[in-house]
Amino acid sequence: MKNLAIATVASALMASTALAGSHAMEAKVGVILGYTGPIESLTPMMADSAELALKEVNDSGKFLDGVTLVPVRADSTCIDSAAATAAAERLVTTEGVVAIMGADCSGVTGAVLSNVAVPNGVPMISPSATSPALSTAEDNGLFFRTAPSDARQGEVLAGILKDKGISEVAVTYTNNDYGKGLSDSFIASFEANGGKVTLNAPHDDGKADYSAEVGALASAGGELLVVLGYSDQGGKGMIQASLDTGAFDTFMMGDGMYGDALVEALGADMEGSFGAVPWSQGAGADAFKALTDAAGVNGESSFTRESYDAAALIALAMAKGGEATSAAVAANVLDVANAPGEPILPGELGKALEIIAAGGDVDYVGATNVELIGPGEAAGTYRYYTITGSAFETVDFR
Amino acid sequence: MDLLNALVALTNFVIVPAMAYGSQLALGALGVTLIYGILRFSNFAHGDTMAMGTMFAVLITWALQGAGVSLGPLPTALLSIPFAIAITAALMLLTDRVVYRFYRAQRVKPVILVIVSIGVMFVYNGVIRFIIGPEDQRFADGARFLISARDFKNATGLEEGLAIKSTQALTVVTAILVVAALFWFLNRTRTGKSMRAYSDNEDLALLSGINPERVVMVTWLIVAALATIAGVLYGLDKSFKPFTYFQLLLPIFAAAIVGGLGSPIGAIAGGFVVAFSEIGITYAWKKVLGYMMPESLAPDGLVQLLSTEYKFAVSFAILVIVLLFRPTGLFRGKSV
Repeated sequence: MKNLAIATVASALMASTALAGSHAMEAKVGVILGYTGPIESLTPMMADSAELALKEVNDSGKFLDGVTLVPVRADSTCIDSAAATAAAERLVTTEGVVAIMGADCSGVTGAVLSNVAVPNGVPMISPSATSPALSTAEDNGLFFRTAPSDARQGEVLAGILKDKGISEVAVTYTNNDYGKGLSDSFIASFEANGGKVTLNAPHDDGKADYSAEVGALASAGGELLVVLGYSDQGGKGMIQASLDTGAFDTFMMGDGMYGDALVEALGADMEGSFGAVPWSQGAGADAFKALTDAAGVNGESSFTRESYDAAALIALAMAKGGEATSAAVAANVLDVANAPGEPILPGELGKALEIIAAGGDVDYVGATNVELIGPGEAAGTYRYYTITGSAFETVDFR
Repeated sequence: MDLLNALVALTNFVIVPAMAYGSQLALGALGVTLIYGILRFSNFAHGDTMAMGTMFAVLITWALQGAGVSLGPLPTALLSIPFAIAITAALMLLTDRVVYRFYRAQRVKPVILVIVSIGVMFVYNGVIRFIIGPEDQRFADGARFLISARDFKNATGLEEGLAIKSTQALTVVTAILVVAALFWFLNRTRTGKSMRAYSDNEDLALLSGINPERVVMVTWLIVAALATIAGVLYGLDKSFKPFTYFQLLLPIFAAAIVGGLGSPIGAIAGGFVVAFSEIGITYAWKKVLGYMMPESLAPDGLVQLLSTEYKFAVSFAILVIVLLFRPTGLFRGKSV
């Protein structure tokens, strides 16, 4: 038994020295997403897209004299902050990642940021956490996101109502960080525009029956119902129950409600309802599509573009700082993301590295027209759509 | 002042949903109360028994739909109920054989049987998720509405709409038929009478030659039927998701206890008391009061006693109040 223990320790030591040898040429990047949990159907594509960006950097051969970026995945679970913190802790202390692409859902992202990233000085770029609370979180300049804050979405939604001349609405939101944050920011903007919210009621996901919630909202009244939930969860249940009881027949929907399954199921009864969803268009989105198609990655899924951009920003910031360290990423993300400099589209990371190596400036545009504002978050473009003939029809982009 | 609109709004948002929900709870509570009365323990596995029965019904319904069988305006699931009951009954008897009979033979205290039923609950829980998964399943088909809100408004010219879903009507009708049949069975048939005798006084019943194993078997068969019917009706009206059935356990027990554990009439009354208070207390009365009162007195606030988030708290509150002031329940069940 004793011999076995000695042998184990010895081999472990040898293995770790062997690893240390190759470490010099390797920099690990954590990819923390919810591979299990409520958004497990989206995360594989998000991770693939992020890893695609890292692979592109490695394949270019121009990254910091041959340093290789190695992605290391860890599970954020999307909902379990303790599990996400433990996973991130493992990445930072055991794997030694220098930066984190993630996390995904707002709640766990906040937990990883305050419990792991800030104490260890590791920067994070989240592709999908949209809670406004993260804008003001204590981050020591380590937190960035390529997804726009819901504070912005709230303004966009309020703006749409203003344009339509609607001044009195009832609001329901999914009872979590995302729903609460979005409804707060929407109501703040809407009331600033002179609108009146008759009732702001939460709904819980995964219930069988929403008639009680709808009953309260119907009593409060309003020209339409603003639904800030999920299209395959309580949000759909609320719309269904409203239509069933005749409480509301027009709805305005937040980004979580955008889904083909919703219009397939209820589209005919929702004629004239409308909403907004983050959207990318233009050269960057096209280049990203070409890139993912060529690599056999599904780039049409939600937040894949943001994931690619987050990973690309990490790599470019390292190049800009001249070393594959946490400090280099934190210090240079804003620099490479914003003007001035040569605009960089997806698939042009090699070109960007050349420019940086030559001492030039880059302005990473990426798949989502990245422009980091305020404390380092995407400004974002939203597509304002209406439901016409059981299909989403674009009105404009804002 | 507009009494008609007030009445319609009240019916649409309170009375119709509460009648349907109350019927579903009543059927569930009947199952709980029968087990309590005859087998003498609180069956915590009842919610998952309902889920189990519904799962079989869903699977059979899908098979029927796949084979092109349809009942026209009625949901196909009605056809699957007898088969689902048969499978659930077989499962109940199997569970009784391998689990409960052992403890009954030991004449253990009821509290041990309660813990055993929690174990059974977890097993059922797992099996259901294993077979059909934890997600929402839709299996309703046929006509969706008896009266839709829009048609009602057009027909009557009232401001308020009244919607009655066909599943809601179906639930109430089925519940009435099932309860009538159950009462006829308990009061008029020899087996039913022997069950009541066994429930009232076990030793005396044994002395008069009643076969206890037979009584137990018949009880499980009836419970399987009640649970399956209640589960399918709930699933048709709302949707089938295993976790919500587990959550139903609380209002069902509240209903059974409020009515008086062991008393079938109490279970039905309890079901409606719980349903009406859950929906009535969380309903915002602003609209109804606004129609009923003169304009100057119309309320500005929502007049909502509790936010809908606290729906389950209502069941708890009723439970506590009844246990404090009338521990045997409204209809004098067995003292707990």
